[in-house]
Amino acid sequence: MAETVLSISHLTKQFDGQTVLEDLSLDVSEGEVVVIVGSSGCGKSTLLRCINALEEIQGGEIRLRGELIRHDGKNLPELRQKIGMVFQSYELFPHLTVLENLLLAPVKAQKRSRNEVREEALALLERVGLKEKADSWPRQLSGGQKQRVAIVRALIMHPEILLFDEVTAALDPEMVREVLDVIVSLADQGRTMLIVTHEMSFARAVADRIILLEDRRILEESSPDQFFTAPKTEQARKFLQTFEFIRKKKEEA
Amino acid sequence: MEWDYIEKVLPLYGKAAWLTLRTGTAGILLAALTGLLCAAALHWRVPVLRWITSAYVEISRNTPLLVQLFFIYYGLPKIGIRTDPETCGIAGLAFLGGSYMTEAFRSGVEAVDRIQEESALSLGLTRLQAFLHVIFPQAAAISAPAFMANVIFLMKETSVFSAVSLMDLMFTAKDQIGLYYRTTESLFLLVSAYLLILLPLSLLGSLLERRLRHAGFGT
Repeated sequence: MAETVLSISHLTKQFDGQTVLEDLSLDVSEGEVVVIVGSSGCGKSTLLRCINALEEIQGGEIRLRGELIRHDGKNLPELRQKIGMVFQSYELFPHLTVLENLLLAPVKAQKRSRNEVREEALALLERVGLKEKADSWPRQLSGGQKQRVAIVRALIMHPEILLFDEVTAALDPEMVREVLDVIVSLADQGRTMLIVTHEMSFARAVADRIILLEDRRILEESSPDQFFTAPKTEQARKFLQTFEFIRKKKEEA
Repeated sequence: MEWDYIEKVLPLYGKAAWLTLRTGTAGILLAALTGLLCAAALHWRVPVLRWITSAYVEISRNTPLLVQLFFIYYGLPKIGIRTDPETCGIAGLAFLGGSYMTEAFRSGVEAVDRIQEESALSLGLTRLQAFLHVIFPQAAAISAPAFMANVIFLMKETSVFSAVSLMDLMFTAKDQIGLYYRTTESLFLLVSAYLLILLPLSLLGSLLERRLRHAGFGT
């Protein structure tokens, strides 16, 4: 059994008295890819935001390799360096070039040497096919390119775990592929990842474990094959149906 | 128009222009500093300080500079705070400009999306690092046009300084008209001197704005 990287136990999250996540527990082991699915507003994104303490939690605890993540913790910046987060809306820094976007945190937060990080950044950009964009400004990139840069920006911090928050939701359909390919290749390298997505075929391909979040808690937890072919719960079946399109033939109607 | 007269009094206007430029610049710099501190107090919601700041902004914006100067020059000595005219002018300009600068900086900081800060924090930057490297540069670019407009506005407001017997451009021109009845020449010199100070400032402002736009801001 691989070592546990992330451990969430009895997490409760409320917004203004309204419970969004309740008594939620989840462990992610080293090298594991866990995909979280669920209908809009079920708290998937909130869960990710709790993990890197962008949200305060009202109950339970979250640990990264045994270290407690607290919203007001003194070591929060150090812990966040070990948690790579990729946002739906990319959130590149518009006043910095692609390369400067990648260098900022390693140089300022991790105090690594600029030259060393620069070389790594260029190598990583090459791997995602964007080496020639190193000196471009974010606004000159397409959505898919921006998101690939955002992934590299998370990777260059050498995180213990990567969190992906609906990273293709804001993309045009033809750009979804290039981003998902990058994530699949990261899975092949054995990266530990927690992914929130609405792309079901991607989820099936990349996941070691699928989690259905519904009604504030984990409703179903299965292997991808089981989840997509023989879901255990009625809700999971209903959820999967929302992705299918069945149309009666005209003469039947 | 008598050019002989103009030539004779030119050094007088030169001296006055220097005074206008000197007090104006000092007042504007202090106003910018005040604005930065107040904007920070409002942005970080510093307890107590943010209430004081809000009250200051309202008082400063809703009273005329002339009244503020009178208050500093004639009012404050009654409680033992005595100022010379130049200090009074600079302090008055800083008091008035501080609120305008606060609003300029605050609108810039607020225009930067919160998630930009979250993005910086989730990379492991501290709050201060996120502010210095991510929020401030973007906010400064957004604030630049309002900031430059304030600079020009405040430089023009120095013309009120004559009311507390500062020998600025306005004072000199009025003095000359009173002494020699050279209205045309005096007004000509007055307008020219202000244009000489303000046109380069405007030019500098548009150059700055253009540069910031070209730096790739605003996705």
